[in-house]
Amino acid sequence: MSTSDTRQPALLTTSGLVFLGVLVAAAVLVPVLNLATAPDSPVHVPTYVVSLLGKYLTYALLALSVDLIWGYVGILSLGHGAFFALGGYAMGMYLMRQIGPRGVYGDPVLPDFMVFLNWKELPWFWYGFDLFPFAAIMVLLAPGILALVFGWFAFRSRVTGVYLSIITQAMTFALLLAFFRNDMGFGGNNGLTDFKDILGFNIQADGTRIVLFVLSAVALGLGYVLCRFLVRSHFGKVLVAIRDAETRVRFTGYRAENYKLVAFVVSAMLAGIAGALYVPQVGIINPSEFSPANSIEIIVWVAVGGRGTLVGAALGAVLVNYAKTYFTSGLLAPYWLFMLGGLFVAVTLFLPKGIVGTFYDWRARRRASDDIPGAEPAATPKPAE
Amino acid sequence: MSDTETLVRDIEPDDGLGAAKKTLTEALLYLNAVTVTFDGFRALNELSFTIDPGEMRAIIGPNGAGKTTMMDVITGKTRPDKGDVFFNGGTTDLTRLDETEIVTLGIGRKFQKPTVFESHTVLDNLRLALKGQRSALPNIFRRETAAERERIDAIFETIKLTEHRGRLGGALSHGQKQWLEIGMLLAQDPKLLLVDEPVAGMTDAETAQTAELLREINASGHSVVVVEHDMTFVRDLGVRVMCLHEGSVLAEGTLDQVSANERVIEVYLGR
Repeated sequence: MSTSDTRQPALLTTSGLVFLGVLVAAAVLVPVLNLATAPDSPVHVPTYVVSLLGKYLTYALLALSVDLIWGYVGILSLGHGAFFALGGYAMGMYLMRQIGPRGVYGDPVLPDFMVFLNWKELPWFWYGFDLFPFAAIMVLLAPGILALVFGWFAFRSRVTGVYLSIITQAMTFALLLAFFRNDMGFGGNNGLTDFKDILGFNIQADGTRIVLFVLSAVALGLGYVLCRFLVRSHFGKVLVAIRDAETRVRFTGYRAENYKLVAFVVSAMLAGIAGALYVPQVGIINPSEFSPANSIEIIVWVAVGGRGTLVGAALGAVLVNYAKTYFTSGLLAPYWLFMLGGLFVAVTLFLPKGIVGTFYDWRARRRASDDIPGAEPAATPKPAE
Repeated sequence: MSDTETLVRDIEPDDGLGAAKKTLTEALLYLNAVTVTFDGFRALNELSFTIDPGEMRAIIGPNGAGKTTMMDVITGKTRPDKGDVFFNGGTTDLTRLDETEIVTLGIGRKFQKPTVFESHTVLDNLRLALKGQRSALPNIFRRETAAERERIDAIFETIKLTEHRGRLGGALSHGQKQWLEIGMLLAQDPKLLLVDEPVAGMTDAETAQTAELLREINASGHSVVVVEHDMTFVRDLGVRVMCLHEGSVLAEGTLDQVSANERVIEVYLGR
């Protein structure tokens, strides 16, 4: 018997290396094409495109976080937009405090919307957000703690499947309603916007935009490596086992709820980081990020790219969002939601493993027919869940 | 302890089939007057029996006799309405523990329908089952030790799946899945194995091999409880047989004794 099957799978597979290679190339090429080419050059990348691409990368990180729990643990979260938005709000609060006296009302401490509401003092939960390290910690802690509390109750009560999906949806909807309220202290339905500086750099400047883009690429790359590290560990094998046969896992002596909880919290924190990088690049965070439709859209990205493949989730996020940008700006704009829905139906029916999952299957079949006997198609989750 | 020591196995002598009376402290597993009711239906009715350390026992009985419910009670999946379930010579009350705690104590269970981890390789299935760290966070950084690898190799020898170790669990045949699941139980190194209908849907050759496998496991010091309909298989096992009917023990003894029992013939074998 060969020993090849006893080794742990490599941290970076071929597709993983290709993925990281593309990220590195983008992180180098896009800034170069923005800064070193003349604005009228055909290869010039305008700054608004840099930020647009940066936004796609944060969506890709968000999709990665969803794939970690949906693709590998079978938890279909229809509320992951909430963790993304919380990370975004933490960053937004930092950016609001950076405005200082440059607001419309010129109050040195209070953001404009608080002055408008006739508030005299900064609410306690805004303390500390003038310090970047504090805000950075809150980017992780706010989604992390919500996921911990939510997951603790949900997983211990053994809420699974469609019931869990529904309560995640309810969670994000409840937060949507809460953040809409002016007296919550997060800017009501206008949210937080009109940002000026980040760490002392002008947020509109080309250089800042490029750094944010590169940071988004780095975060996505590191997020990918972290997810790979997790899913190929013994811990990750238990996660997949929970997805396939949770009862068997319990009867093997593992506390499935604890494994789910760890994965859920890690996933929520990744989503939070994505949100924090998203906000300075789009310049606004408002309660619409909590809307249930947003969270469902993430599921479509992951399904299109290929659930349980990580790379596929990122690819799906970029492709679908590129299509969204393309189609919502022309004649077809009113029909975008129909196209998105149609895409989801088509993928479910004709490409149940998504683009990358289907590619893996094809590659495995080709290898099997070449020479390796007994090779099995890649183990991706069953489409229906 | 003083309360529980007085609990002596209270079973009717079953037409003189020689059911040995065991006290609580001698038994590995001790069930006394266990009753489970589902919507008025008595799945278990004052069920009492004991399993000795190192014993293998076959349990037969018609559909609805309560065999699976009995396993559910022992493994913590179902709480009994009343009755005692003790493990390890009366030291542990199983009715107060959940599934995971009971597994940790050393009771492994194979389900009727083979459940292996289908998208993991056969090797990873055993790795996951192998006795060891069960907490989430330490398992992120866990590395396989040489001792663990040897133990897995030994289990592969026992369940005769060595050449299939690289295949996915879901790609195995029905019989191979059953053996893999038995191997996974073995990897947990439990004191007691509960095996529910291991040969359902197997060929004759596979059935004989399974009997051999279970005898081997029993000989290596594990207590085994096998629920099975297949009489050829039960005969192959050559162990003490207990017949359940309507949630309680109808007869107990050798297979010949039990199958000669008039009440057993009436409810079960009288075809």
